[in-house]
Amino acid sequence: MSNTATEAPSEPTGKAPVKSARKLRIDLRQYGILAALAIIIVLFQILTNGRLLMPGNINNLIQQNSYVLILAIGMVIVIIAGHIDLSVGSVVALVGAVAALSMNSWGLPWWAAVIIALVVGAVIGAWQGFWVAFVGIPAFIVTLAGMLIFRGLTLVLLTGGTISGLPDEFTAIGAGWIPPFLGEALDGRDVLTLVLGLLASAGFVIQQIRTRATLRKLDLPREPAVSTIVKSVILVVAIMALAWQLSGYSGTPIILIILAVLILLYTFILNRSVFGRHVYAMGGNLFAAQMSGVKTKWINFAIFVNMGVLAGLAGVVATARAGSAVASAGQNYELDAIAAVFIGGAAVQGGVGTVVGAVIGGLVMGVLNMGLSILSVDAAWQQAIKGLVLLLAVAFDIINKRRSGR
Amino acid sequence: MSNAILWMRDITKDFNGVKALDGVSIVVERGEVHAICGENGAGKSTLMKVLSGVYPHGSFGGSIEFEGHPTAYKSINDSEHDGIVIIHQELALSPYLSIAENIFLGNENAKRGIIDWNKTNREAATLLARVGLNENPATPVLELGVGKQQLVEIAKALSKRVKLLILDEPTAALNDDDSEHLLTLINHLREQGITCIIISHKLKEIRKIADTVTIIRDGKTIESFSMKEDDASESRIIRSMVGRPLDNQFPPRTPDIGEEYFRVENWNAYHPVDTERKVVDDASFTVRAGEIVGFAGLMGAGRTELAMSIFGRSYGINISGRVFKAGKEIQTRTVSEAIQNGLAYATEDRKKYGLNLIADIAENISAAGLDKLAKGGVVDRNKETKVAEEYRASMNIKTPSVSAIVGKLSGGNQQKVVLSKWMFTGPDVLILDEPTRGIDVGAKYEIYGIINELAAQGKAVIVISSELPELIGLSDRIYTISEGRITGEVAKAEATQETLMHYMTAGRD
Repeated sequence: MSNTATEAPSEPTGKAPVKSARKLRIDLRQYGILAALAIIIVLFQILTNGRLLMPGNINNLIQQNSYVLILAIGMVIVIIAGHIDLSVGSVVALVGAVAALSMNSWGLPWWAAVIIALVVGAVIGAWQGFWVAFVGIPAFIVTLAGMLIFRGLTLVLLTGGTISGLPDEFTAIGAGWIPPFLGEALDGRDVLTLVLGLLASAGFVIQQIRTRATLRKLDLPREPAVSTIVKSVILVVAIMALAWQLSGYSGTPIILIILAVLILLYTFILNRSVFGRHVYAMGGNLFAAQMSGVKTKWINFAIFVNMGVLAGLAGVVATARAGSAVASAGQNYELDAIAAVFIGGAAVQGGVGTVVGAVIGGLVMGVLNMGLSILSVDAAWQQAIKGLVLLLAVAFDIINKRRSGR
Repeated sequence: MSNAILWMRDITKDFNGVKALDGVSIVVERGEVHAICGENGAGKSTLMKVLSGVYPHGSFGGSIEFEGHPTAYKSINDSEHDGIVIIHQELALSPYLSIAENIFLGNENAKRGIIDWNKTNREAATLLARVGLNENPATPVLELGVGKQQLVEIAKALSKRVKLLILDEPTAALNDDDSEHLLTLINHLREQGITCIIISHKLKEIRKIADTVTIIRDGKTIESFSMKEDDASESRIIRSMVGRPLDNQFPPRTPDIGEEYFRVENWNAYHPVDTERKVVDDASFTVRAGEIVGFAGLMGAGRTELAMSIFGRSYGINISGRVFKAGKEIQTRTVSEAIQNGLAYATEDRKKYGLNLIADIAENISAAGLDKLAKGGVVDRNKETKVAEEYRASMNIKTPSVSAIVGKLSGGNQQKVVLSKWMFTGPDVLILDEPTRGIDVGAKYEIYGIINELAAQGKAVIVISSELPELIGLSDRIYTISEGRITGEVAKAEATQETLMHYMTAGRD
């Protein structure tokens, strides 16, 4: 037949796509949330006559919201993969009860209690992951059941009472500070906190420079140098202001270090690991991921085990901060974590979301809480306002996406 | 002049400038069974959507006259009101509702919103008797097989006082007994004065039941003739169906074909829901190294089902059969096992199964071969970018950057990303399912070049395509599939559209 024709047809019409560098796109999304956080902070700073950013309040903001932030880090992975986890609040309570019992009733040292707590979290995660991944029950149902099961087990363990009088080493995880190894200076400020602030600033700037260098080497699009400099200056100022305020209070909360490590670790996992890639691939198009050989069942299982471990950690932190274990601990934490993830720009259909976004989303909620409390707004109204913020944040995202034609 | 119930004149319809219908005309006599034939993509379904108002009046050119009046349907409701009912290949019944509820869905026997169940069930029973279905009207539809569900659809049509019943591939999913019953029923309906349009690939059926045949090709009416004419024959239908112009051009290629490399023996697979139905029936075939082997088959013949069931059992249940590569039996039980054993399958539906549209080009290209880019579970993104850049250059993917979002690329460029993804896994056997569907002529030519290049590297290449000229131009050898079975094997020298279509429409004897 005619397969010997050699003349090439006319020039193909492959349309050139609009410029869209991966880095730039994600950053723009996050700048939006970051700007929202900044606006809320400034707003409440004015409304509260400067009380919002007083050293004690900043310290409380970090310590009070730490467990929700830890949960949000696990939750963003769950949500990117297209699932949800409603059980984490109950897991926090159960793990807290087990940790408290292991110290007060079984006489274990604090570090053993922490290990047990994380293992219990992992086992719970494996339980839920089994049903979701291998039996194929929707995560909504599995974790709704888990919410009831683990709350019930907590009540059984605590028989309705409270376990208090936990060791100081344990409570320090949630409510303590790093000891002032480096002494004090400048009117009794903690030198260690200031040094940590400087290290963090330097780390950020170096990382920015290295990213630019790599992009240049590979000849990929970079954001303008000015924007990198402005970004770096703002961040360094923010970090140093934070360090300055904290150094004048009690120093660096231990939980802040734990949070920083988690944020860096999970950002790395989501961006750079094969596991993270598979999570995004599944959320973006489950069928395509399966047809590309992604072992979707095992990835789903791992996602829930990971969520369980982080819920266990959040349980440790929450119990440590409270200084006691009660059966009502962790109520509504799952909703706060889910709200943080969506405010942080994750997509309801899955496939989109970042750890940093989720953490910023959690801070938005935290600042709202604190600001409204300082203004003595009624707790009922606080809840209504937070709900509205969540709705508006997701609506903004969806309308934005529709306009950009995706 | 005649007793026509339906006239469609010079119907044209285009989608973003691509003509799907280009002046189709068709006359249907009252009380006849009128068959419409054509290859995949000839425009049959589009024509029926125009007729039934799925594409509203004004969105197409030409005129339609039904029962002597011009029509201006804005939706399916309008055409159903006039007594035109379409039954699609994919049945549209609600599985958990009863037969009676389904028959009257959207058309309930109700007063002030309260349903009269006695009347509903009584009328349903009468309708079921008319279509010869012996079931309790209260039975949930999900307890019925596909054949019986089809009868429920017809009963539903009768409840709407249908005058013109359109059946789209009614027997494609049915076994022989159910098909036989359906054809008998259509005969009965004709006796009751109901006119039928039947779209079908099965020429034996058409010979058995149709009064008139209209053949459509490339959006045009080719011919229309009465089956009572002396020269009305299956071969005449085939001649008119094929004969697509051979205007595709193919890059030059000197085949360098080696030993037998890939072999599938006695492959069987059953439908995942309709578990009694064999979708792949004892298929055996071979591919040599450096050979391009085509698979031809009409819609629903089982081409994609064959490929997907081999590739990691991604489709079907109770799969059996053996796969050999280079003389050794290999396992392909999961997708990752198939990939490890050197298979690659570029899917027919690239948006649904092939790509993560919200991710960028580099992430899509690496998706199936991420292990090659990772050390200790950490992806080397710089290497990933480099690999993507190499494919961008060698495959000529038109994009300013490999970090462009795949969803924004043109169809041709998306297909090149899919091909890059599979080439990166380093396969020995490539199955390409409709590799040029929905892409423009220039990109097609480029993709033919890529396929030739893969064969020249000594790989075994399987191409599944609905376009016969493309298969003939590209392949060294072509298998035809019909109703899940391999019905023919044609060498390039003997391959004409007519011979292929003859095997592609070969029914069971």
